[in-house]
Amino acid sequence: MNFLIGAFKPPCTISISFADGRTRKQVPLKKDNGQTVMVPLFESQESIIGEVVVEPLQGKKVEHIGVKIELLGQIELYFDRGNFYDFTSLVRELDVPGELYEGKTYPFEFSTVEMPYESYNGVNVRLRYILKATISRNIVSNIVESQDFVVRNYTPLPPINNSIKMEVGIEDCLHIEFEYNKSKYHLKDVIIGKIYFLLVRIKIKNMELEIRRRESTGSGHNTYVETETLAKFELMDGAPVRGESIPIRLFLSPYELTPTYRNINNKFSVKYYLNLVLVDEEDRRYFKQQEMTVYRLLETP
Amino acid sequence: MVLERAAEDEEKWLAEGIAAIQQNAFYMHRALDANNLREALKYSALMLSELRTSNLSPHKYYDLYMRAFDELRRLEMFFKDESRHGVSIVDLYELVQHAGNILPRLYLLCTVGSVYIKSKEAPAKDILKDLVEMCRGVQHPIRGLFLRSYLSQVSRDKLPDIGSEYEGDGDTVMDAVEFVLQNFTEMNKLWVRLQHQSQGPGRIREKREKERSELRDLVGKNLHVLSQIEGVDLGIYKETVLPGVLEQVVNCKDDLAQYYLMECLIQVFPDEYHLQTLEALLGSCSQLQPTVDIKILLSQLMERLSNYAASSPDVLPEFLQVEAFAKLSSAIWKVIDAHAEMPVVGAISLYVSLLTFTLRVHPDRLDYVDQILGACVKKLSGKPKLEDRRATKQIVALLSAPIEKYNDVVRALTLPNYPRVMEYLDSSTNKQMAMVIIQSIMKNNTCIREADKVEVLFELIEGLVKDVEGIAVDELDEEDFNEEQNSVARLIHMLFNDDPEEMLKIICAVQKHIMGGGPKRLPFTVPPLVFSALRLVRRLQSQDGEVVGEELPATPRKLFQLLNQIIEALSSVPFPELALRLYLQCAEAAGDCDLEPVAYEFFTQAFVLYEEEVADSKAQVTAIHLIIGSLQRMSVFGVENRDTLTHKATGYSAKLLKKPDQCRAVYACSHLFWVDDQEGIKDGERVLLCLKRALRIANAAQQMASVTRGSTGPVTLFVEILNKYLYFFEKGNPQVTSSAIQSLVELIKNEMQSDSTTQDPASDTFFASTVRYIQYQTEKGGVMGERYEPIKV
Repeated sequence: MNFLIGAFKPPCTISISFADGRTRKQVPLKKDNGQTVMVPLFESQESIIGEVVVEPLQGKKVEHIGVKIELLGQIELYFDRGNFYDFTSLVRELDVPGELYEGKTYPFEFSTVEMPYESYNGVNVRLRYILKATISRNIVSNIVESQDFVVRNYTPLPPINNSIKMEVGIEDCLHIEFEYNKSKYHLKDVIIGKIYFLLVRIKIKNMELEIRRRESTGSGHNTYVETETLAKFELMDGAPVRGESIPIRLFLSPYELTPTYRNINNKFSVKYYLNLVLVDEEDRRYFKQQEMTVYRLLETP
Repeated sequence: MVLERAAEDEEKWLAEGIAAIQQNAFYMHRALDANNLREALKYSALMLSELRTSNLSPHKYYDLYMRAFDELRRLEMFFKDESRHGVSIVDLYELVQHAGNILPRLYLLCTVGSVYIKSKEAPAKDILKDLVEMCRGVQHPIRGLFLRSYLSQVSRDKLPDIGSEYEGDGDTVMDAVEFVLQNFTEMNKLWVRLQHQSQGPGRIREKREKERSELRDLVGKNLHVLSQIEGVDLGIYKETVLPGVLEQVVNCKDDLAQYYLMECLIQVFPDEYHLQTLEALLGSCSQLQPTVDIKILLSQLMERLSNYAASSPDVLPEFLQVEAFAKLSSAIWKVIDAHAEMPVVGAISLYVSLLTFTLRVHPDRLDYVDQILGACVKKLSGKPKLEDRRATKQIVALLSAPIEKYNDVVRALTLPNYPRVMEYLDSSTNKQMAMVIIQSIMKNNTCIREADKVEVLFELIEGLVKDVEGIAVDELDEEDFNEEQNSVARLIHMLFNDDPEEMLKIICAVQKHIMGGGPKRLPFTVPPLVFSALRLVRRLQSQDGEVVGEELPATPRKLFQLLNQIIEALSSVPFPELALRLYLQCAEAAGDCDLEPVAYEFFTQAFVLYEEEVADSKAQVTAIHLIIGSLQRMSVFGVENRDTLTHKATGYSAKLLKKPDQCRAVYACSHLFWVDDQEGIKDGERVLLCLKRALRIANAAQQMASVTRGSTGPVTLFVEILNKYLYFFEKGNPQVTSSAIQSLVELIKNEMQSDSTTQDPASDTFFASTVRYIQYQTEKGGVMGERYEPIKV
């Protein structure tokens, strides 16, 4: 039986490595099986250079009809599991059909790859980048190995970044004015603001600022919207009186935010909202939600 | 019931809170020991979450707070030591702000903030400003108050005060002041807000208000901190601190807070600051809520300033310079005007304080004192006499203050408004006040020398001198009444002037006032006046040589006329016995002045009284003896007048009711005919007549006794007469012979041996002594001995 087992095992191992694997920054990535692995981090327009090493198992020969490496950018919608939409697909043929008797190393290079979207792992959607090396074979299944990597794209400081300022209220009941110092925040930013109470006729118990993520997937009738509250940050304890102003200072770094993604490949969007919630003594909630744009700031050294 | 239940629950909640704090503190300690910052933050935040409770009363909450406070000290130590946690203080300052719940977050922020200031990696003022600003997030009154009090506590030693290590580099004392002021303002707002939660049914509301006042020291502490900042000099106080505090005080519109904070303000800052900022301070007083007891505040302020003024004479010019009196008084007028509904007691107590202040600061300014009294009159005018006990008490205080200060009623008497204020007192208080005045005069031995002042004085003590309408005299307590009248009597003696003319005026003034005193008072007040007048008479008499002339207003003659009137009033009251005595006094005085007709007139009056008014036999006895005594001393009378008077006296003596009285009066009369001095009358015959008559009466008395009682009385009368005999015998009355004495002795001996005589040891002893005296004189020899020789006993 031993040989039989051996017969169904792939006759070789494939490994993909990056040329700058030692120096490149690694970031954690959650795999399907729940494990977190460290994977290299790239950004758009970078060249992805590395090599694929094929090592046949002892005494085996590998017959193939070609060796290739693909760089794929995929969007996977969970309600449509198994279907990947490849928005990027680059192929490098590494070998012509033939046989492999011993280990062979294939260098590869994808230069200045356009990777417009960031890797994302959401509730209903995943956007990922992989390098996939394939040894194509006749009759028997191809031998495939893939390597995830993460793409993050940085944005410079936005030239225009207005504050969010608004007056809201319930007539004769509650009237507030609030202000967040910006409308666009980077991931390590801090939200500074103020809530000014113009009229308070309800018994407020407390006030919090929530950061909510709204992920919408699909389109038309098949739109799925998932909202998560990432942060609940208590701003105020107790009931203010008219004329009181309450400071806001919320550091974003503790929260796992991503930049705002708008209509990624017509498949999904991820937006962030600041939700100001006032809770009264009967636990009624009064809230006002404002979108904020989150971006990844290009860190200038 | 509900409350008890609530209290039980509260205990339970407190116990739970404490347990949770202890538990989390335990984990926190473990984390601290392991230098694990993340865990330490986590458990400290959990621990502090216990302070988020709304179930505890301030008192219990404080308990919880203190436990958390102690734990935070340990955390602070940990934060200070960067080598233990490896995070820079700047990062730590951010890190603690990640906490999702505001209360733990802010406690941690304050804790780190204090370490941050200490590290000096950022300007203290920026950190302080940030902390005090961030704390706005806690709007719950109790939680906010404790949080801010924590902030105040941890920052106290880190304020950029003058001389502090945190000063400099742009951190000035102003930053410290602004920080404390802001924290104070916010705390006060929270505290005031607590008031709005204390609405509800009676008992709960009461409880809440009590709880609220328990928290006041948290707020007041800030003022204390302000006052402790070295760098707060007068300039900063005037420009920044005071306006800031006052603005908050006025704007908070809460009576409890306003009262407490003003009180704090007055107490914690130095007096000289108050003095220099009086205008602002007083100005805000009138802006306080109408329910604030401004009068106590003003009183306290004035008391402090008074003490300050008293502390050293060097500071007095400051008071003058800032016109403290004018400012205070106008503030008080304003307050009183603005609070028309203020009870009189309040207004008066303000005046009392102002008066105390004035007396200390401007002891020389009587016009100020009068101004205050005048204002008081204005306030009282149009109102009925005061019924309110406390108000009258305050007026008494008001009126007593100047007297006590000057120790001199005379100065008070020069104040025109003084009596006007007194008019508003009810009669008993009025009397009480009058007593205070009199006692002051007595205590200080103040002599009142001017008639016009006497007038004023009597106006003041009118309540004692006259009946007050509406109060029947017999309602009064007799003992009190007597004491009062005795005081008035003593007072009359204090009115004195060396100048006879002025003295006469004084006497007239007093007379005018006391004459209306009614039957119960006259017996007290007339005698001192009479004697006072007599004293003047004596003085005039002694000056007689120098001052002559009828045109003088003060002559003995005039005085005697006056006296006559005065005593007449008494006799018509009627107090005939007293009047009689006074007549006799006057008569003697007149005699000494050689005014025979006047003296005669007085005697006549005395006799008339005796005849018409003195009905009681005992009184008659006393009166007749007095008359005899006086008459005996008189040397002014001519033979005729004297005869008339002595005749009358002897006649009345023999007409007394009881025989023994008759007897005694008659033998007393014998002295009328034998005056033992140079030119005195020496009518031995009539002396003997009197004595014989006395003997007859004594005999008659004995017989009467044996008829009515079956036994004769004791021999006392005889022994007494024997003594009279011996007296005249020794004086050399030729009519009184040794044989007469001898027979009298025999008679007494017989009487004593008679069975029917009542034995009386006293009279026996009396007789034995007399006999022994005779023997002694005999044995002594000499001229007297020879004369006594014939008498055998």
